[in-house]
Amino acid sequence: MLHTFIAYVEDLPGVLTRVASLFRRLNINIHSLTVGRSERAGLSRMTVVCEASAEAGHRIRASLFKLENVVDVDDIAQAPSVTRELALIKVAATPHSRSQIFELVEVFRARIVDLTSESLIIEMTGVESKIEGLIQILNESDGRILEVCRSGKMTMRRGQHTSSVLRAMGAAAGDQPEAGDQPETDDLA
Amino acid sequence: METKAKNRAAQAPQTTPIRLTGAEIVWATLVGEGVTDVFGYPGGAILPVYDALRKFPIYHTLVRHEQGAAHMADGYARASGKVGVCIATSGPGATNLVTGIATAMLDSIPIVCITGNVSSKVLGSDAFQEVDITGITLPVTKHNFLISRAEDIAPAIRYAFQIAKSARPGPVLVDITKDAQQATAVFDFEAAKPRPVRPHPMRKIEESSLEQAAELIRNAQRPVILAGHGIIESGAMEQIRTLAERAQIPVALTLLGLGALPASHPLSLGMMGMHGESWVNHAIQDADLLIACGMRFDDRVTGTLATFATKAKKIHIEVDPAEINKNVKVDVPLAGDLREVLELLLPRIPSHDRSAWLKSIDAIKGASAVRDIKNLPDLGHLYAAHVIHDIWRITGGNAIVVTDVGQHQMWEAQYYHHEQPRTLITSGGLGTMGFALPAAIGAKTACPDKEVWVIAGDGGFQMTSPELSTIAQEGIKINIAIINNGYLGMVRQWQEFFYERNYQSTPLISPDFVKLAAAHGIEGRAVRSRAEVAEAVGEARSAPGAFLLNFMVEKEDSVYPMIPVGNALHEMIRRPEKNLIESPEDK
Repeated sequence: MLHTFIAYVEDLPGVLTRVASLFRRLNINIHSLTVGRSERAGLSRMTVVCEASAEAGHRIRASLFKLENVVDVDDIAQAPSVTRELALIKVAATPHSRSQIFELVEVFRARIVDLTSESLIIEMTGVESKIEGLIQILNESDGRILEVCRSGKMTMRRGQHTSSVLRAMGAAAGDQPEAGDQPETDDLA
Repeated sequence: METKAKNRAAQAPQTTPIRLTGAEIVWATLVGEGVTDVFGYPGGAILPVYDALRKFPIYHTLVRHEQGAAHMADGYARASGKVGVCIATSGPGATNLVTGIATAMLDSIPIVCITGNVSSKVLGSDAFQEVDITGITLPVTKHNFLISRAEDIAPAIRYAFQIAKSARPGPVLVDITKDAQQATAVFDFEAAKPRPVRPHPMRKIEESSLEQAAELIRNAQRPVILAGHGIIESGAMEQIRTLAERAQIPVALTLLGLGALPASHPLSLGMMGMHGESWVNHAIQDADLLIACGMRFDDRVTGTLATFATKAKKIHIEVDPAEINKNVKVDVPLAGDLREVLELLLPRIPSHDRSAWLKSIDAIKGASAVRDIKNLPDLGHLYAAHVIHDIWRITGGNAIVVTDVGQHQMWEAQYYHHEQPRTLITSGGLGTMGFALPAAIGAKTACPDKEVWVIAGDGGFQMTSPELSTIAQEGIKINIAIINNGYLGMVRQWQEFFYERNYQSTPLISPDFVKLAAAHGIEGRAVRSRAEVAEAVGEARSAPGAFLLNFMVEKEDSVYPMIPVGNALHEMIRRPEKNLIESPEDK
């Protein structure tokens, strides 16, 4: 199954290696990994997407927690969540062939963020399948794709859920998971 | 040889803040952490630290190879329960530690390794003797630090000690650049205290799980406790004993669990697994409930997982949540400190009569005893099992025995009956040959008043035999028993059983170990018959200094029973009833 781990990690040299090494040791390929600053000073937020068995998911989460620089871990699994990916796609396009691409961009609700006489850059945010869809259409059209840069998935649980570390820090005291929200997956069973 | 008087004068730790060099901060922090002994080897990138040592009440044992330093720190930790410390220089000094660090990692042993590194200005430039040791040791440490500022040294070392000994213990490495050692900073031991241990959020005990576990125990007809190393690490010997006695549950032990319950205890079954006695493994396979305490269902313990204890419900009490359901799917997980969990569990466990179950195990035991090598007539051969059993008898089972890895290790586990925790020191998880001699030096340093025996094979002993010089230089009283069969015995045994006796690269020419000892100023003698064993062991014990016994044992003897890889726990190769191969070369 596809796992999406959210990890809050200390913003220090080498932390990315420690996290990545844990997956490497299990011979698990990371589909995508995004890292950036979080809402807390000194903590980065990682979204790691990988394919692994359900049991491996438990072990990865437990092992991530054992890393000294990892402060909190969430395995989103099937919980209601919002997932987005950002893609920049550079396409070869002359003034004559642009209009067809403009139409596609319109349909996909993407944007043109750079335009030259020989190429243009499309910026698009969305779920993975939507980005895949645009890339496929571009491949089938006249426009030749020159470069693709994708951020990988970023995921956040829906509703008032906040990471347990934030609750522990008192940042969202009294916050309760929304009714109907998935329970915390802290249980070991 | 005389034991050197060691300068371990008690000196109060530095309590008021004071400006020191980074090198001095290293020692001052170690003193503050209660360290009295370190094991190491100097070199360019750690020289400032060595230069500052004379000012501090810490005794440094000079090793002959850094692997030995890591094993000594490990042996020190296993024997004492304290954190062991080793020191090495950059580059090859640091990489030589790696096998020892991995050994400690696999067996959850708390050690702190301090390495020097090149100056921070040239980090990453392939400077002389530079190596990325924090990168190299990342998968074999609980955590490691690269420190390039003097003011970061004390907090890092204190944090390293906390990590090494908290929850599931393990090794931590602190790599300190040379310029950080030479710079100065204010040393404030109190201010360098790490933040409190952040508990693993998945380490929690549910009331419902406790009740479930208690109910399973109350209702079980044929329960077995699987007792592991975690009992010793957690200090839960009393609790395990109480649980076993009150509920009348037999106890099977892992290799690293030996000593957690006295071997003479009527409920102790002995070691389980690949070379466990038949009644132990049969009891596990027949059980309707397994209570796994501080053990991790290692493949050497379970045999093939698909056939492991299929009739049994399983309770797993384990400090490391990542171990839960890793190898064996369990019915009731209790992720927490073993002693704390047992304290919560015990009030729910009533006394229980299980004499029928215990009798049925005894019946298998009786049937197996006729095959026991101890009960075979003395035909003039010298068998390793006899040697080890005699050492057990003569030492009254009170010695700390440090083994290497291989056949002798399994015979030790079978024939030296450990009554106390921390009296068997052995590399279980990594199976590191060459472990015994240096680890024994560490154990003797930790427990100078205890009798310490090395039991090693002729192969493994040669991997670290230069540490005989360390023994000579330090005047350490250790007794060394080499179980010499002229083969890499365990590999030969596998070749015999599984590779049609193709003894490829296992026959072994060794030096005359008695002469090797003599070259180091260490006494020794060879032993060739059973009749000589008792006297030789007595001579070694009464010798004032280290003593080496070279036991020339039966060459093609094998460890029985044995569960071949891929078999179920009860499908074992039994000891032949009419024992042992008459070896033509045997003299």
